[in-house]
Amino acid sequence: MAPSSGTDGAYGPGALKRPKRSPGRFGMALVQGCAVLTVAVLVFIIGYVMVKGARVMTPGFLLGSPEKMGREGGIFPSIVGTVSLTLASVIIAAPLGIGTAVFLTEYTQEGLFSRIVRFGTESLAGIPSIIFGLFGFLFFVIRLGMGWSILSGSLTLAAMMLPTIVRTSEEALRSVPDVYKETAYALGASRWQTVASVVLPTAMPGIVTGVILAMGRAVGETAAVIFTAGSSLRLPKSIFDPVRTLPVHFYILAREGISIENAYGTAAVLLSAVLLVDFAAYYILHRISKKRPVARR
Amino acid sequence: MNRKEKFAEVVLTVVGLTSVAVLALIIFFIFREGAPFFAEVGLGSFIGGTKWSPGKGQFGVLPMIAGSFFVTLGALVIGVPLGLGCALYLSEFAPKRTAAILKPLIEILAGIPSVVFGFIGLTVIVPLIRDRLGGPGFSVLASALVLGIMILPTMVSISYDALRAVPQVYREGMLAVGANRWQAVTSVVLPAARSGILAAGILSMGRAVGETMAVIMVAGNATIIPGSVLDPVRTLTSNIALEMGYAAGLHRQALFATGVVLFVIIGALNIVARSFVRNRVR
Repeated sequence: MAPSSGTDGAYGPGALKRPKRSPGRFGMALVQGCAVLTVAVLVFIIGYVMVKGARVMTPGFLLGSPEKMGREGGIFPSIVGTVSLTLASVIIAAPLGIGTAVFLTEYTQEGLFSRIVRFGTESLAGIPSIIFGLFGFLFFVIRLGMGWSILSGSLTLAAMMLPTIVRTSEEALRSVPDVYKETAYALGASRWQTVASVVLPTAMPGIVTGVILAMGRAVGETAAVIFTAGSSLRLPKSIFDPVRTLPVHFYILAREGISIENAYGTAAVLLSAVLLVDFAAYYILHRISKKRPVARR
Repeated sequence: MNRKEKFAEVVLTVVGLTSVAVLALIIFFIFREGAPFFAEVGLGSFIGGTKWSPGKGQFGVLPMIAGSFFVTLGALVIGVPLGLGCALYLSEFAPKRTAAILKPLIEILAGIPSVVFGFIGLTVIVPLIRDRLGGPGFSVLASALVLGIMILPTMVSISYDALRAVPQVYREGMLAVGANRWQAVTSVVLPAARSGILAAGILSMGRAVGETMAVIMVAGNATIIPGSVLDPVRTLTSNIALEMGYAAGLHRQALFATGVVLFVIIGALNIVARSFVRNRVR
């Protein structure tokens, strides 16, 4: 913004009361500073972990088994554990979340019932992960007798992911132009046929983005996993075996001071995985917004 | 309607109820496990008690309630102005291209695992506080700094949406009567987005209250009511996570009762936040 020019005091009420000298300058610099600071923090966190961890991230570390509680050796079982836990939770949560979104957008009008479903989803989104951990422990681990296992952990994580998947899928479904649906109906398609052959395929890239983002959060989750999937360092053989995921392993290494060196390495692997997942999601989102500039309203 | 149609509709209706069912199960199990404790020890001596030593049968959760309160307050003092500033810059002042790059970057901050934040706090912030300001370093201040950063994505993205929802005409009207952009923002845009920004603050508060692992790593976890920002604290969430591994009997019930307290606080915050968001939409 240009500084106020000299005409201010020339005539009219301005002659008596000069406006304050361009207050916008300072304010704008301030908010710009906020943005710079935030990005700086992000860059610092990623840079710090990556630089410190890069040295440790060798093939031997990635593919080796931990020895002496993780003081030496690698993190292979934790990588396997994290991948299987995350995939299992996506397999459980994605159909439920997408189904809920389809139900909300295509199968019901705004009313009491849809409000209840929305209330449930939104409330679930606000619940802290430690509460999910307690619940998973009580319900899946003890009540249903699944013990500390990939199964218990992934069911708990699935419950946590559900709101994210519902919300992003709903957004994607709502952005499908009505004309597409109207055309399908005009051709004599039934509701389900319209959903399955027109609405879902059109919204799929958006839905996939949401699922991937939810997956990114699941990869890094600790509090909900530590009480449901356990902290065993052994390589899991089935979904009924306990695992120690990367964030849990990292947490134990760092907090109990077992090996700060390996903690950095684990953190770097974890962060790379999360960033990779996030970038994949943004890449897909970017591509659809480029491909269909007109279709989105 | 043919059978396939009917089938799809029934399946989708059932699926739609999953989240409600999960919510109900969570409430049922947490409260059922915590309730007997309230009956045995009494709500007053649990909430009002200042001594927590499970070995001696003392279960006073007040230090943890105070801990969560102070840490959250600190996080808001740091995160809310910073996040709002970011949102203002992105929505009102940043060139389109800059905003398009910055916004996803800030969302990446939301994806960084909480243990990584805790670790940075442990290796960078805690020693810094110990050396420069004294005390053990593990403190209210360290927790507030870590949490203040962690709530940024929530604060930024929700206030950004609220600011974007203010009609462009409002800004143009202000500019037309001779205000500069900053005046237009402070006198019209911010007041118009007020309830959405408030909701952002409350939801950020919920995140800060609920965060566990990052806080455990930097808070010091002493079960005392902190006297200064340099004193160690223990939050409600940390109390559960730290002791759940070995607790049994009444002690374990006390941890679930802590969960109930946490749940009630979060529930109240969410209901308040939702009412603000709804007001904005109408």
